[in-house]
Amino acid sequence: MATLKVNGQIRQVDADPDTPLLWALREQLGLTGTKYGCGIAACGACTVHIDGVPVRSCVRPLSTIEPNQDITTIEGLSPDSSHPVQKAWVALDVPQCGYCQSGMIMAAVALLKEKPQPTDRDIDDAMTNICRCGTYNRVRAAIKVVAQGGNPRVAGLAIQHADGSST
Amino acid sequence: MNEAVLDARINRRQFLVGSAAGGLSLAFHIPFSSDAQAQQAAAPEVNAWVVVRPDDTVVIRIARSEMGQGTLTGLAQMVAEELECDWSKVTTEYPTPGQNLARKRIWGNFSTGGSRGIRESHDYVRRGGAAARAMLVQAAAAAWNVPAGELKVQKGIIRHAASGRSTSFGQVAAAASKLPVPERVSLKDPKDWTLIGKRLARLDTVDKVNGRQIYGADLSLPGMLNAAIRDCPVFGGKLLSYDESAIRGRKGVRKVVRVGDSAVAVVADTWWQAKTALDALPIKWDLGQHAQASSGAFGKVLRDALNAPAAVDGNRQGDAQAAIAGAARRIEAVYGYPHQNHATMEPMNAIARFTADRCEVWTPTQNGEAALAATAEASGLPASKCEVYKMHLGGGFGRRGAVHDWVRQAVAIAREMPGTPVKLLWSREEDMLHGRFHPVTQCKMTAGLDAQGNITGLHMRIAGQSILAGIFPQNIRNGRDPVMFQGLNAGGGEAMIGYGFPNLLIDHAMRNPHVPPGFWRGVNLNQNAIYLECFIDEIAAATGQDPLALRRKLMAAYPKHRAVLDAVAERAGWGRPAPDVNGQKVFRGLAQTHGFGSYVAACAEVSVSNAGELRIHRIVAATDCGYAVNPQQIEAQIEGSFAYGLSAALFGQCTVKDGKIEQTNFDTYPVMQMRHMPKVESIVMPSGGFWGGVGEPTIAVAAPAVLNAIFAATGKRIRELPLGSQSLRRA
Repeated sequence: MATLKVNGQIRQVDADPDTPLLWALREQLGLTGTKYGCGIAACGACTVHIDGVPVRSCVRPLSTIEPNQDITTIEGLSPDSSHPVQKAWVALDVPQCGYCQSGMIMAAVALLKEKPQPTDRDIDDAMTNICRCGTYNRVRAAIKVVAQGGNPRVAGLAIQHADGSST
Repeated sequence: MNEAVLDARINRRQFLVGSAAGGLSLAFHIPFSSDAQAQQAAAPEVNAWVVVRPDDTVVIRIARSEMGQGTLTGLAQMVAEELECDWSKVTTEYPTPGQNLARKRIWGNFSTGGSRGIRESHDYVRRGGAAARAMLVQAAAAAWNVPAGELKVQKGIIRHAASGRSTSFGQVAAAASKLPVPERVSLKDPKDWTLIGKRLARLDTVDKVNGRQIYGADLSLPGMLNAAIRDCPVFGGKLLSYDESAIRGRKGVRKVVRVGDSAVAVVADTWWQAKTALDALPIKWDLGQHAQASSGAFGKVLRDALNAPAAVDGNRQGDAQAAIAGAARRIEAVYGYPHQNHATMEPMNAIARFTADRCEVWTPTQNGEAALAATAEASGLPASKCEVYKMHLGGGFGRRGAVHDWVRQAVAIAREMPGTPVKLLWSREEDMLHGRFHPVTQCKMTAGLDAQGNITGLHMRIAGQSILAGIFPQNIRNGRDPVMFQGLNAGGGEAMIGYGFPNLLIDHAMRNPHVPPGFWRGVNLNQNAIYLECFIDEIAAATGQDPLALRRKLMAAYPKHRAVLDAVAERAGWGRPAPDVNGQKVFRGLAQTHGFGSYVAACAEVSVSNAGELRIHRIVAATDCGYAVNPQQIEAQIEGSFAYGLSAALFGQCTVKDGKIEQTNFDTYPVMQMRHMPKVESIVMPSGGFWGGVGEPTIAVAAPAVLNAIFAATGKRIRELPLGSQSLRRA
């Protein structure tokens, strides 16, 4: 039995200590927003934050996590999809299939926290998550929208939203 | 099966998902079996395509599968266009394959591939919307006792100007549902469209940014167990035995199951328990007759086939071989394109629940009907006693459409545990080893030139693997696989060559390795466009002609092909030097093709450092898809197709050693990342009068445009892919 602090809540997890955090989140805690893609920390679909640092949870055994460490998953980023990164993602219609996007968003949030005004090079270096649909350019644009204060119109995509707004 | 039951079965009810170990449960909707409550709460359908709830919510039924390509939103736009409903009140749902079967395929084809989602169904889905509107109007007219022709509809509100009365779709939907569906309706003139052609936001974005979107791999059913599987690593091999005692007593492990004659699965409480137990299970294989097969050996088979006398014609005009034999000058080049895995981000998965008289499957699939057929076959039950619930796909790219090998496996496992839902999830390694691979081919291009450098004849000999031979052999007629010739056909609206040659022969010598082929986004257009477009560039270089000028000269009879090429050349600034980037000279390359009904072209800009480092800076792309339903999503598809196509060109390769695929995960099968992605400028230029696809066509021009730009930069011709394995260092 391991004790984890996930999205601000203390949780008891009935899993072997060598179980990767990813599978404890998905199978014990029902937090399926964090995805399995490769199991070898190569694709980033499983990215969560531990004490604010992006971590590939598919290779992080439970035994290496202290009960007081703050684990944040995509579900814990905001209660209502209102985190600035989530808002930019929606405004620019970033996701296609969406499977990699939880990890993308968690990586982007960590990047923007460390470097609020990232250069293209910073984005290239931090965003090593794999997306097979090919959303990379909109991911980059959305990160820049957040860095520039959150006005999605700077991306120039002219997307018409159902509420009548346009980005 | 009566209508009420059918209606209820595609309605949604609250369903609890969570861990077997308790803890957090997430409430969400999945299509599920009927219950009394759902039947009472259900709004009746107006017709097969449209349900309007009393609160004016419009539920549009979507037969095709959403896998990221945006077809869900595009198809909803088309129904809503004719329905004249309020777009802000639109939501969607999938009818089930079982219901389509029971209702005599009222929703048509569920297959989602070949960029056909919209172009194949645009007419009947719009008619569905128009018919529903006519029924809603008729219901209002009957209630007011006025002629339907006096009523006007806008954004879901029906008005009668003469009497000043108005009502909403939601208020008349119940009455409308009792009316007969009109057999004939007329469709709007494209100039009157208000939703089709708009840059509308997708309908399915929000849940993808907060973790709420449930994919097949995420679904959990009450009492569900989890399975991990290992199939014989050599295609055609068999499972001999396994030593169950080695994992007996492991925590969570419930059962070890032989699956077919080539695989073994471990079923456990959690997938991680199943996977780790499977890793610890000693397995003996009979590797079968292909245990010595290798990519190198098969490459020699292909090379021999480039000169084999027997081949099947794809496109023959005049006598190319005679023209080449008598030509003043000959140019020849041999190209090759390797096997590749689709590598969808979400590995293959399915939940199956089997009882003696019913089998249900929940799975991400590009073709629900094919998944239903696979379920019926694997369960031994008639299709009418089976059902498939389509889950959202974490990528498809063709892997989840034509064959449903993972569904058959899941059903086979579930048959061993009647009544218990079992989720089969492939590991990435299983997914890499047991793909349905992009076919392997080589191509010999030969051109005959006269003394002035004019092309007198062109012979394109394709040697290699046929997808149809591996998947739909019944569709091969007289040894001819028509899919081989995508982008090379003499005519037709699907995939036509855009050049006129005095003499032309395109033929195919089929050679099939033991590696199973599949439809892979872009299919055969990918390599055909590389072979033709790079060789056209080779002819231009050999004869001292500008690559654009040579192409335009050959395109006189193909104005739509030429229009997209001209558009990218103009936007990119072809003919003027490109500005340097970071002190590096930038060079351009062109490519064009016609595939999946659309005309596409690209101009790539690259630089290559002295050390041989390639940077792809920008690609200008043009698409003429006839009608553009949602330009911002078309732009997303162009960018996405370039990421997929360039990933293939730069890195994509699956090789065979000792009969098995050598690449097992993203460490050995690298794919494109953010840092490799060029800027993409899309020109969406619909010329009207036809419906072309947008998910795939542009994939085929990315690689040849880049390869031609690399030649311009370095003088090096890359004829074997992927690029990553070759040096671009300047000589």
